[in-house]
Amino acid sequence: MADVRVLMEEQIPRLRRYARALTGDRSSADDLVQDTLERALSRFHLWRHGSDLRAWLFTIMHNIFVNQARTRLRHQHEALESNAAVESMRAREPDWLELRDLESALAQLPHDQRAVLLLVGLEQFTYEEAARVLGVPVGTVMSRLSRGRERLRAVLAAGGNVSALKVVK
Amino acid sequence: MIRLPVTEADLHAYVDGILPAERAAEIEAYLADHPEDAARVSSYCEQTAALHRAFDPILDEPLPRRLEVPRPVWARAALRYAALVAWIALGGVAGWHLHAYHAASEYEATTWARRAAVAHVVYSPEVRHPVEVGASEEAHLVRWLSKRLGAPVKAPYLGDLGYSLVGGRLLPGDRGPVAQFMYQDGKGQRLTLYVRRDADKRRETAFRFARERGVGVFYWIDAGLGYALSGEIDKPELLRVATAVYRQLNP
Repeated sequence: MADVRVLMEEQIPRLRRYARALTGDRSSADDLVQDTLERALSRFHLWRHGSDLRAWLFTIMHNIFVNQARTRLRHQHEALESNAAVESMRAREPDWLELRDLESALAQLPHDQRAVLLLVGLEQFTYEEAARVLGVPVGTVMSRLSRGRERLRAVLAAGGNVSALKVVK
Repeated sequence: MIRLPVTEADLHAYVDGILPAERAAEIEAYLADHPEDAARVSSYCEQTAALHRAFDPILDEPLPRRLEVPRPVWARAALRYAALVAWIALGGVAGWHLHAYHAASEYEATTWARRAAVAHVVYSPEVRHPVEVGASEEAHLVRWLSKRLGAPVKAPYLGDLGYSLVGGRLLPGDRGPVAQFMYQDGKGQRLTLYVRRDADKRRETAFRFARERGVGVFYWIDAGLGYALSGEIDKPELLRVATAVYRQLNP
């Protein structure tokens, strides 16, 4: 088991990075990582030795996140449509860090689009790997990626305080 | 020069840097003529860069204590097991005295048999998690347990006697790790084989038998390993299996 713990420990920073971007909140992100590690250990016999441990852990994390998101939806309505006017009122402070801008923009994406955008853009999974992690066809990954990126672009453009993000490479 | 039409997927593949150089060059040529798509692509590239700027610092943060990899399942199981042992030791169960041996080695042997019986009682009723590693990964299981015990262990084949391997797990013993293999027959009757390294490499003992509360245990030491076979079956049947195990391990 010692080697398993080492292998898992290597993945924790990336799980945290993804969880943080996905949830937009430090403490929920670490809760999610903790739940993921616990579930992974309790089901470790289901992991095929030699297969991609990282993808397996991200799959577990995704499933937990989706289940929790379902529970949350019963209590509060997730912002499924962006409301640029409301958002620009909320986002007036000029000194917000880029992180805050980006987190609030990401929060306006439906979570399935957000997950794809982060798996591909931040975690650098291939489209096929992202499809396996999310349990959807590659075509679905592509369409969510396309819609997610366009949505994020629109939200950031409407935000009014995203100068850092408007820089064209 | 004939170019394939540029699709939405091409644009994203370009952003993600996964196109072959030749195709990437074609996309660049296309973007030069299509400023709207070029603006989108540029914005998507910047999104990716912004995600890394915003979230990569998390990779270097020290881990909060609660995110150290939790105790593995076997260790949690071990706690449960330890609790049961303590409970028995406190006299919660009367009659766990398998035999009244006096010599220290005999005492140790009965402790060993009792530990095997307790481990059997704890794990054999488990429906969902009877083992840590299933029989489908037998090669991995055997390698892993051998590595942890520091001695080559084997999962004997008992199919001829009607018992198939369910899998195995690692448990803590008083002198280091202990392996437990679990077998099951067609009716769900389970046997467990408890294996540990013996202190003396050359020591051998005959079969001994102990029974308590319905659990029979045959135990012996052979070629540097101590074995205990436990089951809630009658003694002749258990002996038949123990003999088969012994013969397989000593071909």
